[in-house]
Amino acid sequence: MKFLDRFRRRREPPSGEVARERLRLVLTYDRTSISPALLETLKDEIISVISRHVPIDPERVEVTFKEGAREHQLVAHIPLRPTGRGRRR
Amino acid sequence: MAGKVITITSGKGGVGKTTATANLAVALAMREQRVVAIDADIGLRNLDVMMGLENRIVYDLVDVVEGRCRLRQALVRDKRLPELFLLPAAQTRDKTAVSPEDMVRVCDELRQSFDYLIIDSPAGIEQGFRNAVAPADEVIIVTNPEIAAVRDADRVIGLLEAEEKGPIRLIINRLKPEMVRRGDMLTSEDVLELLAIELIGIVPEDETVITAANTGRPVALSDDSLAGRAFHNIARRLLGEEVPFAPLREPGLLERLRDWFGRKEGEP
Ligand SMILES: Nc1ncnc2c1ncn2[C@@H]1O[C@H](COP(=O)(O)OP(=O)(O)O)[C@@H](O)[C@H]1O
Ligand SMILES: [Mg+2]
Repeated sequence: MKFLDRFRRRREPPSGEVARERLRLVLTYDRTSISPALLETLKDEIISVISRHVPIDPERVEVTFKEGAREHQLVAHIPLRPTGRGRRR
Repeated sequence: MAGKVITITSGKGGVGKTTATANLAVALAMREQRVVAIDADIGLRNLDVMMGLENRIVYDLVDVVEGRCRLRQALVRDKRLPELFLLPAAQTRDKTAVSPEDMVRVCDELRQSFDYLIIDSPAGIEQGFRNAVAPADEVIIVTNPEIAAVRDADRVIGLLEAEEKGPIRLIINRLKPEMVRRGDMLTSEDVLELLAIELIGIVPEDETVITAANTGRPVALSDDSLAGRAFHNIARRLLGEEVPFAPLREPGLLERLRDWFGRKEGEP
């Protein structure tokens, strides 16, 4: 049985790995108080501010948290909507 | 003589702070250091029983702070090691009976006659913790390779860093090599990477720690247990010795094979 377990186990990541990944997220939120909900809020507000001035594609906007060694960053990815007049690539 | 104050803390309860305090105090005293172990867990004292000194307590920390006795009178000598003393906590009072300033004052007096003052902090991040870290020259965080313990350790490290307390070093206690090998426990590398502080030692899960607590004879008193040896290595590192960490690496083919045949784990 033990023998078979070893093969069956392969399918899911071992629980130690799950713990590590969960901790990585939890510690990020604990350290910065930046929660997934806050990122959503920031995204919505960024979309509304920017689209007042420039046409953007709200569907593709991303606001993420990037952890660095000393400095953490909020990274916003804001694709502009093609206007038909600008240079294509 | 200007003794060094080392506070042992963790955030989470039950991870091994009191065990680490008792054993590091013993291990340092066995290395010709004059050591006093201080129980800062007022109202929930345990260091006395872990060290086997509970029957010899006359006065405690709160008696000293409130002026009912002199500091000398509250110190309990460990008869097994002439250089080792305990300053017990009060059992019938609470944390508010002592302030951070009181702790600094008491420790400044003890520094005159000891090389090392090892403070056993209560769990939590409230006043008891504040009392315990106020006089610290150095802090040792104890954690277990478990998600809640690591999270709480991170919180405490954040608080200490904000106050520029330190250096801060880490003990990973109760590591089960067998579970790590199966992938079912955070590895010491995982914990170190997540917490990003310096490691001072890894103590394996070891039944003798529990029997030692039963009898009041800390494992570090003899060198026939894995945990006892791990605490001695930590004491040597505290004294500035370069003690290599046993290999913290992926198991090789041989170990895997041994595993399959159910052989036991070697030294951490
Ligand atoms: N390395 C270890 N192996 C086995 N048991 C341990 C180990 N370290 C601590 N323990 C046990 O865990 C329990 C909690 O330890 P303790 O030192 O009282 O923790 P804390 O002071 O952080 O609350 C005790 O019963 C102790 O015997
Ligand atoms: Mg304790």
